[in-house]
Amino acid sequence: MRSFKLPKIGSFRLGLGLALLAIFVVLGLILPWFAPVNPLTWYKSPRNQGPSLHHLLGTTNLGQDIFWLLTWALQNSLILGLTVAFFSTLIGVFAGLAAGYSGGWLDRVLSFFMDALLCIPSLPILILLAALFGGQLSLPIVGVALVLFNWPYPGRQVRAVALTMREREFINVAWFSGESRLKILGRHIFPYIAGWSAANFINTVLVGIATETSLAVIGLSSAQQATIGTMIYWALKYQALLAQRYLWVGAPVLAIVLMFISLFLISSGLAIRSAARRIG
Amino acid sequence: MRLLGQIATRLISYILVIAFGLTVVFFVPRFAPNDPVEAMLAKVSSQGAYMDAAQADALRASLTDAFGLKGSLLTQYWNFVKRIVLTGDFGPSLAMYPTPVSQLIAQALPWTFGLLLSSTLIAWVLGNFVGLWAGWRPNRASSRIMEGLAILVYPIPYYILALVLSILFSYIWPIFPLTASVHGAPWSFAFIKSVIWNSILPALSIVLVVFGWWVISVKAQTTQLAEEEFVRYARLKGLGDGRILTRYVLPNAILPQITFLALQIGLMFNGSIVTEILFEYPGLGHLIYMAVIQGDYNLLMGTISLSIIAVATATMIIDLIYPLLDPRIRAR
Amino acid sequence: MIELKNVRAGYGTPDAFVAAVDDVSLTVHDNEILGIAGESGCGKSTLMRTLYGDFSGGLKMDGGKVTGRFTDPDNGRTTESDAANFQDLWWDVMSYVPQGSMSVLNPIMKVEKQIVDALPKREKKGSKAELRQRIVEFLAGFGLPETVLDSYPHQLSGGMRQRVLVAIAAFVRPRLILADEPTTALDVVVQKRILLMLVEIQRRLKNTLVLVSHDLGVHYQITDRIAIAYAGKIVEVGPTAEVFENPRHPYTEALIGALPRVGQKGERVGLEGRPPSLASPPDGCRFAARCPEAQAICRQKSPPLVDKAPNHASACHFR
Repeated sequence: MRSFKLPKIGSFRLGLGLALLAIFVVLGLILPWFAPVNPLTWYKSPRNQGPSLHHLLGTTNLGQDIFWLLTWALQNSLILGLTVAFFSTLIGVFAGLAAGYSGGWLDRVLSFFMDALLCIPSLPILILLAALFGGQLSLPIVGVALVLFNWPYPGRQVRAVALTMREREFINVAWFSGESRLKILGRHIFPYIAGWSAANFINTVLVGIATETSLAVIGLSSAQQATIGTMIYWALKYQALLAQRYLWVGAPVLAIVLMFISLFLISSGLAIRSAARRIG
Repeated sequence: MRLLGQIATRLISYILVIAFGLTVVFFVPRFAPNDPVEAMLAKVSSQGAYMDAAQADALRASLTDAFGLKGSLLTQYWNFVKRIVLTGDFGPSLAMYPTPVSQLIAQALPWTFGLLLSSTLIAWVLGNFVGLWAGWRPNRASSRIMEGLAILVYPIPYYILALVLSILFSYIWPIFPLTASVHGAPWSFAFIKSVIWNSILPALSIVLVVFGWWVISVKAQTTQLAEEEFVRYARLKGLGDGRILTRYVLPNAILPQITFLALQIGLMFNGSIVTEILFEYPGLGHLIYMAVIQGDYNLLMGTISLSIIAVATATMIIDLIYPLLDPRIRAR
Repeated sequence: MIELKNVRAGYGTPDAFVAAVDDVSLTVHDNEILGIAGESGCGKSTLMRTLYGDFSGGLKMDGGKVTGRFTDPDNGRTTESDAANFQDLWWDVMSYVPQGSMSVLNPIMKVEKQIVDALPKREKKGSKAELRQRIVEFLAGFGLPETVLDSYPHQLSGGMRQRVLVAIAAFVRPRLILADEPTTALDVVVQKRILLMLVEIQRRLKNTLVLVSHDLGVHYQITDRIAIAYAGKIVEVGPTAEVFENPRHPYTEALIGALPRVGQKGERVGLEGRPPSLASPPDGCRFAARCPEAQAICRQKSPPLVDKAPNHASACHFR
């Protein structure tokens, strides 16, 4: 009864999340190519315009079109999040498999690093980096630092799964029937962790974007590139709130909130589904 | 005996984690392109102070000393660890010379601690309450609405929520102060009142998010526990819903939450840093920010080292408390 | 005593109702040990839940009546109730012994608390120390040491846990104890001990014990009367000794034939096939498909449960 009920919730969440995400993919990955002007350049448009047909979300204090700026920001944030998630998951899955599957000293060393990295707060270290790089971090450096701090999450989970896998009957059967180690990994273990890894991947996209945004909101990310965080930063810096230009702040805030909700729906939907698959 | 062994292992890993963290903090500046001493000199001269070469050299030497950058890398590392671990001394703050960094941290720490502790506690209690109900009666409309709200709120980072709250309650309906300002004599009623008044928005931003998380996770646990045999048996013993929930479901739901909390402390601390900066709340996060803005190298190294130690310590304490609460582990 | 009249109980909606108990009439007497036997999936758990008035998890009564009349031996007062209200009598007039799996007791609560928290008001008179003393004495009567009270469930062995479960149910001196597979998954020595404990309690309280088990050997050892359930029906009911000696239903005979016997030579006769689905039971006798003696009439007409000898009824056209 349980394995029947859960996937329904899971696929509902997954569907809703994917539909929301599709909007952001269109906004962030396709539309930026059609921007009529470079929205980063100042004073290309009249300043402080309200929303109109010409400027869908109005313009900033600095003469930038908010709508097109938002698409560029979404592009950078999404690419950063996806890249961070890709490399974190890749490293995490391999490290987790290596640790859980081989055991022994390799497991101990890897587990120690995973645990240690998990209880070191990443943001202070990023702030330290930013301060030492002259108050600005370029996106690639932020990305590398985020990967360093985020691979342990998938790593630990994969390790746990690999550990239980080792005990399972069918793995032993495969083992004794002389299948090669790689084949066992690829054919029996990987399909099991794929579901969890997908959920984790999406989660890391979320964490990556969130951390970059937090750095940017306090003005420590790249000021040359548009991200959702830098948009908020500039809006706050130019007193958009005091000037009651709520769209300038509101657009990126709403965008990031909706994006996070969609990513969370996808990751929890995936997690519910793979949990159900394990029960059923 | 086995428990003692576990405690010892945990303590060793605690020390190793801190050593690892401090090592990272120590080496990161060494790879950065900017030399903090030169940066400070440039800052001093840009402020219009005239220095001849000899004065500059003298200043350079004393800054190098004050930043702990004298001697070989190994000596520097050793001095750095010794200073932090043995004396808790991070040198003087440069922006607020000669106030020692440790004093600034000591002033900021209670704020962060109070903010995180009180908001986590409130969110935890409320989240358990609502999550328990939503999991026990999952088909009620009220349960569904609460879970829906939790799913909407949880993925939002604290600082975004903080921003939304400040837009709503400081600009559109100016009820709460935009930035923290505390007044009144220490521990007078006016003082406590202003502390609470200033903490409401930053705390609320944390409470809402953490609350969302607890609702989601407690609900999932409760639905699972409701199907456990011991819950069914308790019901067949004629116990009422209230008793089953508080004595049978809740205690079993809380235990796994504790280990989870240990994993979350770092992330919560991350979030509170930005919230503090946005609300100019005088805690550790804000202090880190001031250090960055003012190029205060000692303050920066001090606050960041301390945040690592604080998070690692909190995590360890929770890990050590856990076996005391769970009889299945304690009895071994 | 409890009387079931044409009871139909099961799960689902009125359109697609799966009757795990279908048109069952049965009387449970005072001062007896009644066994309910049958293969898994024959509806004996549902029957027991109906007897206990445990309508949760979608179990519904779709027809018939379950009435109970219990007499307090101390003051002679009688309580009358029906299944829908039995839960007001739980752990007072009636109690229940579950199968003692690892997870049947709250893993993080001491045993003493799990005994005390279900006690009715009449048992809670006096101080806590007095109550504890009474529990200690009660447990000692079954060879359970005082340390059990301060233990957590995981510290008890399987047999110990099962004895604790029996003791928890018996301590309130109920008029009716329902035991659901109380000896399943225990080894034979421990099993014997639990059964003796159950018998001793019944003899001492002179109440009713209803024992549900798939294991006919268990029924043979302690029950006074036995009811055999098959596919949602009671197919035979009578004094245990008589039923074993002279089964009046082919299904009962097959079950007895499958029992191991000392000195038996050759293959034991097992029963081929499986019970029919309760969702769409066949017309006629539900055992017909597996019955070696089945005739044409068996597939058309459902045999009623009627007395074939004094107090010994069966539902078969031929016996």
